[in-house]
Amino acid sequence: MGHIKHNPIVRALFNDDDIVLSAVKDLRTNGFHVSEVYSPFPIHGLDEAMGLKRTRLSTAAFFYGLTGLFFASWLTYYTMIMDWPQNIGGKPNSMWFLNMPSFVPVMFELTVFFAAHLMCWSYFAVNGLYPGAKAQNPDPRTTDDHFLMEVEIEGDEDALNKKLKDLGAIEISKIEA
Amino acid sequence: MFEFSTKAKQLAIGLTVVGAILWIVGFVMNGSSSHEADHGHDAHATEMHADAGHGANTEHENDYPGEAHASMIESAYKSDQTDSHADEAHDLHSDVRGAEAHADEAHDLHSDVHGAEAHDAHAEHVHHQQQNRPWSALYVAAIFFLGLGLGQLFFLAIQYIAQVGWSAGLLRVMEAQAFTIIIPLIVIALITFFGLGHIHHMFHWMMEGINIEGHENYDEIIAGKRGYLNPIFFIIRLLVYIGGWVWAALILRKNSLLSDTGDGVEMWKKNRKVGAIFTVFYAVTSSTSAWDLIMSIDAHWFSTLFGWYTFAGMFVSSFAATILVTLYLKSKGLLEWVNYNHIHDLGKFMFAFSVFWTYLWFSQFVLIWYANIPEEVTYYMQRWDQYKVPFFTMLSLNFIFPVLAILSRPAKRVPGTLVMASLFVLVGHYMDHYVMIMPGTVGDQYGFGLVELGPILLFAGLFIYVMFSNLAKAPLLHKNHPMMVESKHFQQ
Repeated sequence: MGHIKHNPIVRALFNDDDIVLSAVKDLRTNGFHVSEVYSPFPIHGLDEAMGLKRTRLSTAAFFYGLTGLFFASWLTYYTMIMDWPQNIGGKPNSMWFLNMPSFVPVMFELTVFFAAHLMCWSYFAVNGLYPGAKAQNPDPRTTDDHFLMEVEIEGDEDALNKKLKDLGAIEISKIEA
Repeated sequence: MFEFSTKAKQLAIGLTVVGAILWIVGFVMNGSSSHEADHGHDAHATEMHADAGHGANTEHENDYPGEAHASMIESAYKSDQTDSHADEAHDLHSDVRGAEAHADEAHDLHSDVHGAEAHDAHAEHVHHQQQNRPWSALYVAAIFFLGLGLGQLFFLAIQYIAQVGWSAGLLRVMEAQAFTIIIPLIVIALITFFGLGHIHHMFHWMMEGINIEGHENYDEIIAGKRGYLNPIFFIIRLLVYIGGWVWAALILRKNSLLSDTGDGVEMWKKNRKVGAIFTVFYAVTSSTSAWDLIMSIDAHWFSTLFGWYTFAGMFVSSFAATILVTLYLKSKGLLEWVNYNHIHDLGKFMFAFSVFWTYLWFSQFVLIWYANIPEEVTYYMQRWDQYKVPFFTMLSLNFIFPVLAILSRPAKRVPGTLVMASLFVLVGHYMDHYVMIMPGTVGDQYGFGLVELGPILLFAGLFIYVMFSNLAKAPLLHKNHPMMVESKHFQQ
């Protein structure tokens, strides 16, 4: 994910998800700042362990859905009641509310449509995912069976390296900011 | 290990006794007040007739309000062919055949044409409705509390056949809750047998001579359904439901308890088989029991998805009860292996099945509303005319409130919002069953008084007693369950 790097970082490679998870917990309790973890699959509990803020995407989705609901209400009102009143099955067409039950499928579908699509586009926009964007992946092995952790260097670099080795890192490299 | 404290025991017994007394007092008072209504009728006869709903059946001497509209419309069709009715009647009937079948006109007609004789029949009809009320109220509560146990019994069976890991720590709660079906089932059986014995008049189809042509109670539509809706077959079906469900609850529990001293994997395999058999059995009986116990009250009307609709309501309310019991046990410092990930999952189930219930409710409603076929739409017309307040209240409690309360992830992990949503769901589904049953048995003579409150307390007390005494009988930890480790590490 596109984050801003302030300090030089250390990249540590692991070959087991449980080790990564316990390493993240250990480092954070010892005051280190784990800025990112790359993994081929979602690791349960990693978000909490890294102390990531909860995404606001779900809140946004609620309002996207609400937008869809209002849009569908307006659409059915405009097309079926106001602009060209439709008489389908002898249903009352003088007021939108009286005919509302027959519009519920449309309202439901557009709510889902708006929530799903806008949520996807928001996700792409926030993460800078556009056609032709370069993959932000420091090591292709993290798409197979390895796990990579980025830790910011704040203070003693050697101590951090030693700590990572102790925690089970199989490779450690330093990247200047 | 959970201990059923004396205090809780006293509360449960107290609720049961108070509930029973309230119901009996309500029953006696109801009997005397319905006589008063009978005599004091002249004064407000016109008013009563002007009220929407139940007029047209006077000429049919129909004791069953739910059939009022149906019989009205039925006669509309007949009069179309035979032309035997009065002119006014004919006018009415052509109105009825139109899209807007309206009951008010029927009342006008009857007060004009039939006068005194209609009044007598009407008074008798109202009298029957009032007599039905205590029975119906008991029945509504029995069905509601049956759902609390039955939903979890089904869920328990699913845990085994789907090889579910996360819920292993909650199985003992589900097992205990599954046992709560027994008392409601006994009460339901008694009430329906009383109906067959003509002690009350909740079920129109149980009426004497309903299938005998030429009999004064003859009803052509119900006679056509006699192959299914007849007393013998009904009793057999009811006994099959009771036998099958109670068997599953007992055997799942028995195997589970045996595993505490024996082999967990063997127990799990056995229960998987039991679960598979029960699920197939329940797939059929959940639908047919809903037809028999609830839909047959409005015997002229039918809906093909009624069984699933009833099942969804029972399932979601059973989750609400499980959440409340689990949180109660946690507040006592028990179930320490159940954390907020498990509670979250229960919340998700409750939320999902609230939406599923709404989906089925709406599917049933919108097709009937849209098609507007007289014999179908009468069901909703009566609810719309007479039950507007409970109808809309239960819709908001069962759909809008849960959606707003526990849509978001954090809300499902906070006990406060979950308890609130569970209470919405429980109240909402009581009202849902009320709106399903009452219109067909008491018509507009409904309300919420002693006879309604009594059974709720009665069954709540018995629910607590059965649930907690079964929880106390065995360790809450199903320690040899093969998925126990997985359940303890469950995270989401």
